Amino acid sequence: MTALNLEGNRLAEDRENMHIAIVGHVDHGKSTVIGRLLADTGSLPEGKLELVREFCRRNARPFEYAFLLDALKDEQSQGITIESARCFFKTAKRNYIIIDAPGHIEFLKNMVTGASRAEAALLVIDATEGVQENSRRHGYMLSVLGIKQVAVLINKLDLVDYSREVFETVREEYRAFLEKIGIEPSCFIPVSGMRGDNIASLSEKMPWYCGSSVLEILDAFEGEKPEQDKPFRMPVQGVYKFTRDGDNRRIIAGTVEAGTLTVGDKVIFYPSGKISRVKSIEAFNQSKKDKLETGYAAGFTLAEQVFVSRGEIATLAGQLKPGVTSRIRANIFWLGREPFRKHKQYLFKLGTAKIGVTLEEVVKIIDASSLAVTSKDFLDKHDVAECILKLDQDIAFDPPDVLVQTSRFVIVDNYEIAGGGIVEEALADIHQATREKVHLRNIKWEKGYVEEEERAERYSQKPTLVLVTGKKEINRKQVAKVLEKKLFEQGKPVYFYSMGNLLYGIDADIKASVKNDKKEHFRRLAEVANIMLDAGIILIVSVIELTREDVRQLSLGINHEKIVTVWLGEEANTDVEIDLHIPETFSQDKTVATIKEYLQKKGIIFKPW
Amino acid sequence: MDHLTRLENKSIHILREAYSEFKNLCMLWSIGKDSTVLLWLARKSFFGHVPIPLVHIDTSFKIPEMIAYRDRLAIKWRLDMIYGQNLNALKEKQSFPDGNCTRLECCKLLKTEALINTLSGNWPRYRLNHDTGKYELDHNREPYSGVIVGVRSDEEGTRSKERYFSPRGKKSNWDLADQPPEFWNQYKTDFSPGTHVRIHPLLDWTELDIWEYINREKIPTVSLYYNQGDSTRYRSLGCAPCTRPVDSTAKNVAEIIEELKTGQFSRIAERSGREQDKEDGGGLETLRVDGYM
Ligand SMILES: Nc1nc2c(ncn2[C@@H]2O[C@H](COP(=O)(O)OP(=O)(O)O)[C@@H](O)[C@H]2O)c(=O)[nH]1
Ligand SMILES: [Mg+2]
Repeated sequence: MTALNLEGNRLAEDRENMHIAIVGHVDHGKSTVIGRLLADTGSLPEGKLELVREFCRRNARPFEYAFLLDALKDEQSQGITIESARCFFKTAKRNYIIIDAPGHIEFLKNMVTGASRAEAALLVIDATEGVQENSRRHGYMLSVLGIKQVAVLINKLDLVDYSREVFETVREEYRAFLEKIGIEPSCFIPVSGMRGDNIASLSEKMPWYCGSSVLEILDAFEGEKPEQDKPFRMPVQGVYKFTRDGDNRRIIAGTVEAGTLTVGDKVIFYPSGKISRVKSIEAFNQSKKDKLETGYAAGFTLAEQVFVSRGEIATLAGQLKPGVTSRIRANIFWLGREPFRKHKQYLFKLGTAKIGVTLEEVVKIIDASSLAVTSKDFLDKHDVAECILKLDQDIAFDPPDVLVQTSRFVIVDNYEIAGGGIVEEALADIHQATREKVHLRNIKWEKGYVEEEERAERYSQKPTLVLVTGKKEINRKQVAKVLEKKLFEQGKPVYFYSMGNLLYGIDADIKASVKNDKKEHFRRLAEVANIMLDAGIILIVSVIELTREDVRQLSLGINHEKIVTVWLGEEANTDVEIDLHIPETFSQDKTVATIKEYLQKKGIIFKPW
Repeated sequence: MDHLTRLENKSIHILREAYSEFKNLCMLWSIGKDSTVLLWLARKSFFGHVPIPLVHIDTSFKIPEMIAYRDRLAIKWRLDMIYGQNLNALKEKQSFPDGNCTRLECCKLLKTEALINTLSGNWPRYRLNHDTGKYELDHNREPYSGVIVGVRSDEEGTRSKERYFSPRGKKSNWDLADQPPEFWNQYKTDFSPGTHVRIHPLLDWTELDIWEYINREKIPTVSLYYNQGDSTRYRSLGCAPCTRPVDSTAKNVAEIIEELKTGQFSRIAERSGREQDKEDGGGLETLRVDGYM
């Protein structure tokens, strides 16, 4: 084999790695094709082939190339692939990591796991069985997963006398299907995995075929190109400050998904709309750089400190803005054991954001194999559908034609990733007007020279909005006031504020309409809180029967991580998410002490360091 | 971007995800080359700091140079170093070197059990006090819910089926046949009480990548990997009684890389010097399903 360079006398610097997934219906020969590729390119560890042959002899079983890959005891005894396995081999051009995905429908989640890591895929179809359900389903999943380079191998041609006619019939049927889902395959190759025809080299058995071998096609696939020319996007993984180790840098860390960033650039974080300038690019054991490129797991510091947290996306001023909303239309595939239903709370993860989500509507369900459209109220395992989702907080994202990396998300149900999807579009939500006001406010906000962290250090507290709530008859105000007093006595800058204070002061111009315009009322409260928190203060507000929507309104104006909700007395009678519940049996002293303890445990109030 | 840099960035991304999502996180440091590369990547991820405790399982049969090297680096890099052991088994001499059990049983007792119970906090943990340079009983007994491990998928069959974030059951067991899906840089970071998640940032690395990275970054490694004049060196490090050196003249990192690329090892499995893998056909799978690294 001249295409191979097993010795690989090359420098690490010019080797390229490519992940290839191999998919298709069960038993169509995926594992066999890979086993053959490994064997024919001399990529197996010495003795491995003999070991497996010996194993088969001893167990009176026919030799299977698949056994070279199916390492799990269960897999060998059942003769199927359960898990996506990876194996390595190289050609003169690059290194390959081949992901053997299971074909059985039961293991679709493993197929998705395997295939999603790939830059290209080989789809195997058994010439004797022709196009089967999972040939189609896997083809569909490749398109959903965004894998554009696909070569179709029509396998087991040895069983049909290497017939050109059989090959062409299967090819045309499958081509028609792929066309409907928008995949244009690189090629169709007639092969025999078992005999090695057209795998590592072209076979004399099929003189009528004048295309490439599988190995040649692999080398013809193109590596993933970094999205350098797209707008800058870096989902924030964390904001690091290792003060204890004597390091005072405050570093915004994340992986650059697209674009570039240069020292001096103006960055805007979304969904908050907070704005600052890049002071430095940070790295360890590396010479100082002033530019960050796509693909780097990086970090930078800011010239003016703004409060940003994990989950936001760093973008550049002047470039295309990401979408910001809390209602989206999305394409979803469901893998969960339990169906995806309405009125149930799930977690939504996009980039580094993690937010509560509910299913608002199933627009349509698409059968991944027959492509028929049906309608249902929920998604079953393996359904693919267009849905409308409602999020508990704003998210920032891009439509897939701008950048897929920031349009893909997963849904978590009961600790497990149970579905994946692509945000197709931002839908209008009731928060649009408020959100725009807040973004403008953040962009126009003039800051003094005192940093938020300096205030926090001075006051030994993190500025926080504490909402003390409960049913009508509970004395929320009293608790809030005593809490204020107690914290004040300990030297904490703290302030009690009642809704009435707001109503007759800041709300005086709209007071009459407040009943109908609760939203505006809470928007204003958020603005008050924003000022107080910016001044480093803990603001304690008593509110009657706080709802989830009220908190949501507030979180448009201040980061939701800075809000603490305390429910007093009997079980909550609203849908609000409670951080701390105080039973009605607690005395006032005990109540206040419990709240204080909670604030301490959460690191909101602390001893000076 | 070259291929080592790409691997590096992916691993850093994973380490940072783990750091953000797991409150009780630790990293296993076996002193071998892989977990040392992992440690280095942690320093890269956190800009020179290692804000994650490092846990070492001391079987007491490790080659002495390994422990000396561990403590040297721990002090130099100010690592939050913790070790745990199966004190009972050691006291009762329940080990292969003492002639009281098989290699596999020994691994299970001194490594798997020690690991599980150290992670869960059931057995004592010893933590390095940087002021005195000595290990002290650690008062923190909270179980670790996230455990970072330096396994690579090219090491042997079952490891190639791992996820980057892989859940372990209440008994630290690994349910191979029913693993959660993992795609698009989204990982399993939610877990039910009593379970934990193993995190594998090095899954995509090969043995050659590891050495090339050690070379590029000039990462200090333990001398046992190099031929010190007797024409042998260790390719994989474990306990002294169960790890054999291989014949090799490679004296430094560059020579190891050359040897891996062209020489005698390019087609021999790395763990071939580890005796426990050879027992029972699926020896390592059995160990791993029960909670071994
Ligand atoms: N005759 C013949 N049999 C094949 C060929 N490829 C695979 N097989 C057989 O088809 C069966 C299923 O193959 P396997 O690789 O396990 O399929 P997978 O489920 O797609 O991974 C095995 O018994 C193989 O020996 C081929 O090209 N020709
Ligand atoms: Mg298979």
